[in-house]
Amino acid sequence: MQQRTPIEEQIDLPFVESLRISFQSLKIRFGRSIITTAGITLGIAFLVSVWTNNEIGIALQESGRQSTINTFEETTEQGISTKDIWLIIMSLIVCVVGIANSMLMAVTERFREIGTMKCLGALDGFVVRLFLLESGFQGFSGALIGALVGTLGAVLLGLKDYGLDLFFYFPLLPANPEDGPMQLGVIIIILLGCILGMILAVIGSSFPAWRAAKLPPAEAMRTEV
Amino acid sequence: MADIVVKTEDVVKEYRMGSNILRALDGINIEINRGEYISLMGPSGSGKSTLFNMIGALDRPTEGRVYIDGQNMSQLSQKQIAAFRCHRVGYIFQSYNLLHVRSAHGNVTLPMIFAGISEKQRNEKAEQLLDMVGLGDRMYHLPDELSGGQRQRVAIARALANDPSIVLADEPTANLDTITGREIIDLIKRLNTEQGVTVISATHDLKMLDVSDRIVDIRDGLVERIRNRDEIEIEVGEVGGAGH
Repeated sequence: MQQRTPIEEQIDLPFVESLRISFQSLKIRFGRSIITTAGITLGIAFLVSVWTNNEIGIALQESGRQSTINTFEETTEQGISTKDIWLIIMSLIVCVVGIANSMLMAVTERFREIGTMKCLGALDGFVVRLFLLESGFQGFSGALIGALVGTLGAVLLGLKDYGLDLFFYFPLLPANPEDGPMQLGVIIIILLGCILGMILAVIGSSFPAWRAAKLPPAEAMRTEV
Repeated sequence: MADIVVKTEDVVKEYRMGSNILRALDGINIEINRGEYISLMGPSGSGKSTLFNMIGALDRPTEGRVYIDGQNMSQLSQKQIAAFRCHRVGYIFQSYNLLHVRSAHGNVTLPMIFAGISEKQRNEKAEQLLDMVGLGDRMYHLPDELSGGQRQRVAIARALANDPSIVLADEPTANLDTITGREIIDLIKRLNTEQGVTVISATHDLKMLDVSDRIVDIRDGLVERIRNRDEIEIEVGEVGGAGH
């Protein structure tokens, strides 16, 4: 018997092994992963479409081709109406809450799995890394699709409002701040959308995963959803 | 002198339920020898599963100490506890606790991945273990495609992956029919006799009686009595009505 020896320390697994396990998990749970990712896609699509739509409005305003929609709006110094600011903030809130909720649910239903992995010798850090990788991937792909869908939506809406003029004045790149109101440009908005989606997904998943990993396994396995 | 593998000293576990404090264990003192087959028996709510969790380092006692191989478990670092769970103990649960996204083979290899064993070695070992529990032909099935008895066999193979010296089984037969339960008990008993694994099982399955070396009766968070094999055999005889 090899016992009576002091208990050694558990080894840290190589990164490749975590990557492999997290991808395997995403693949097998494909249906569920798609639903979680769809939550992220929707949140980001909403935010990006509202934001881009607003940018398009400003760009065309600047060009003198004012939309009928903003004619009676009270405009701020920068040319963005308070209604638009309100709408962007609202969509941001919807996006944050939606993504946090979908990630939270996806992790909570796996508390038992986390407890089981700990019984088999997983370190807390490994469990968190697994969820970090899974959610990072889901967050990035979901947000990218969402940002593209959102942009497409805003373009279609813009076409309805402004016709083909939209393409002549399309705010693809950031506008020079000296020329008028601050405009980020659609490319930056898409990028920001992707980053935001990814960060929200990673926080929304890693935080509950970290809390579950800290629990004694018996408690994690007792958790019912 | 007996070689003591598990020792608990005045182990108390309290759960806070709102403003109430539930005392699940009220000062448990037991000693378990290496190679023994021990059954922790008692009605549900008696605290046997809580004690099981304490011995397996799955939960922390509120008071008291648990020693395994002479080591005070509360003094171990997080990494040592993970290594302890990985190498020294194999867990078998009532509800199997298999990862349903991994095949039988994938479940058995997981503890070996955590132990840092090479892919070739762990594949060989998993095949050998699944063969041993009689699942050689269903290795790559997902747990959802297996029956309850087969799932519990996978769990047993998984528990043995890193050659633990202790196997902890929490109600391993509770979700199984009588015949399958009997097969699982025989399998666990075989590990005990052939491989010298110490088996600690929380159960209220009477079939566990005649394979146990000792039975620890737990009631209201206390050790009510400890019976050894001789007494058990007499009782089984009486129950069976075999009067000589």
